[in-house]
Amino acid sequence: MSQKILLSAKEIHIILHRLACQLLENHLDFSNSVLIGIQPRGIFLAERLSKILKDDYKIKNINLGSLDITFYRDDFRRSEKILSANKTKIDFLVEDKNVVFVDDVLYTGRSIRAALTAVQSFGRPQNIELLTLIDRRFSRHLPIQPNYRGRQVDAINDEKVKVMWAENDGEDAVYLINR
Amino acid sequence: MAELSTKHLLGIKYITKQDIDLIFKTADNFKEVINRPIKKVPTLRDITIANIFFENSTRTKLSFELAEKRLSADVVNFSAGQSSVKKGETLIDTVNNILSMKVDMVVMRHPNPGAGIFLSKHVNAAIINAGDGAHEHPTQALLDSYSIREKLGEVKGKNVVIVGDILHSRVALSNIFALKLQGANVKVCGPQTLIPKHIASLGVEVELDLRKALEWCDVANMLRVQNERMDVSYFPTTREYAQQYGLTKNILDSLDKEIVVMHPGPINRGVEITSDVADSKQSIILGQVENGVAIRMAVIYLLASKL
Repeated sequence: MSQKILLSAKEIHIILHRLACQLLENHLDFSNSVLIGIQPRGIFLAERLSKILKDDYKIKNINLGSLDITFYRDDFRRSEKILSANKTKIDFLVEDKNVVFVDDVLYTGRSIRAALTAVQSFGRPQNIELLTLIDRRFSRHLPIQPNYRGRQVDAINDEKVKVMWAENDGEDAVYLINR
Repeated sequence: MAELSTKHLLGIKYITKQDIDLIFKTADNFKEVINRPIKKVPTLRDITIANIFFENSTRTKLSFELAEKRLSADVVNFSAGQSSVKKGETLIDTVNNILSMKVDMVVMRHPNPGAGIFLSKHVNAAIINAGDGAHEHPTQALLDSYSIREKLGEVKGKNVVIVGDILHSRVALSNIFALKLQGANVKVCGPQTLIPKHIASLGVEVELDLRKALEWCDVANMLRVQNERMDVSYFPTTREYAQQYGLTKNILDSLDKEIVVMHPGPINRGVEITSDVADSKQSIILGQVENGVAIRMAVIYLLASKL
C-alpha cells in the first residue's frame, strides 16, 4: 500500500476559504440557506465552512445539519459488510430553503443520490446544491455533478482518496492511497 | 462492522450483551426517524415479512406492523382464527406455504413455548418471536430495557422489581434475562403462588412484600394479571390481589424517592395498577409503546441485513 499527498494543510486552508467565498456569492447572508453535512465524513467539512463563514465573514445564523443516508442507500444486502447508521440532526425545516449538501469526496454519486431521497423526509427544498472538497472525475455512476468543488482528482478504481481532518484524524491532509 | 450474533430473534437467552447494545444503538437512529415529518425510510423495500399470530394481540401486532411499514417492507398478516389452522394444518405446513409465496421473514406469536425455536429449525426464513406461551417475549424486554436506559441513562447497576404474575409471564422471563445481561439487579414480587419455584436460579431475588420491594427499587415493572392463562385460582379474589400487590398513588407518594413505573400493557386498571399511577408523570407506559416501534425497526433491520 502506497500513498501520496494530494493536498496539504495549507492548500486545504486556502481551498476552504475559496469555497466559503463561492458560497457567499450565491447565498449572501444565508437567511434562506442551510448547510447539510453528509454523514459520516461530510460533517467535518460542513463544520469548517460554517466556522469560516461565521468568524471571517460575520454571517450570524447559519443553519447547519447532518444527514445520515444509511437507510436510503441502494446497496443494502448487496455488500458484504453490514451498514451501520450515524446520527441525523436537522432541527430546522428545509421546506422552501436553499440546501447545500456538503461531502468530502464525490465518487460514484450514489451517496448523493441517497441524500437527495433522504432530505425529502424533512420537506421540499427550494433547490439543492452540492459542495465537495474532492471531485473524483470519470468515476460517476449517476448524472450528479458538484456545484462547488475544492479540487478535481483523477484516480483509478483501485485507489482511494482519504480526507483527514485535524479534529478527527490529527492533521488536515488529503491522501491518494494505492491499495 | 458490527452485526448480530444470531439469524433469528427467538429469545433474550440466545443473544449477547453486544447484540443488545447494537440493537439499542440502531434503535436510537430509528427513534429519530419516527419523529420526523415523514416517518418512513425505503431500506427494506425488497423484503416481505409475514406476521403470523396464533394468539390475540393488539399492541405487539400493531407495533410490528408499523415498524415493518416504516422500513418500507411488504407486510402480510395472518391470524389463526380465520385460517386453515382451524382445518387441522400443522405449524410447519402453514409457515412453509406462506414462505413459498416468497416471504423473507416471519414474526410469530404462538401459545406454545418454544414454537419459534421449533420453526427456526424447520423453515428457511428469519424468525422473530413475538411471544411464545409463557416462555419469552424478546422485543418487549428489549423495549423495556431501552426505556429504562432512556429514562435513567443506563441499565447497569439499577434496581428493577418485576411485580405480579411471574409464573405465566413471558415478559418477566425475557426481562430477567435482558436485565441480568446488562448488569441490573432484579427482584421479583408477587403472591407465592405466582412465583415459579426455582426462579432464584436465574439470579433474581424473591420479595413477597410489595412495599419492601418498592423501597428497594429504581424501577417497578408492573405485570398484568393473566386471567386467560390461569386454569385454577392462584389468589382468593382480584380485590385481595389489588390490595396486596396493586400499585397505588398512596404507596408511590409514601416512598422517599421517585421510582419509574412501567407496564407492558394491556393494563387492568384498578388491579395491578391504579389509574392515577398509570397516568402519573412517574409512569413511562406510553413511552414504552413509542420505543417499541423503534426497537422492532432495529431488530428487523439488523436481521434483514443478514438475510
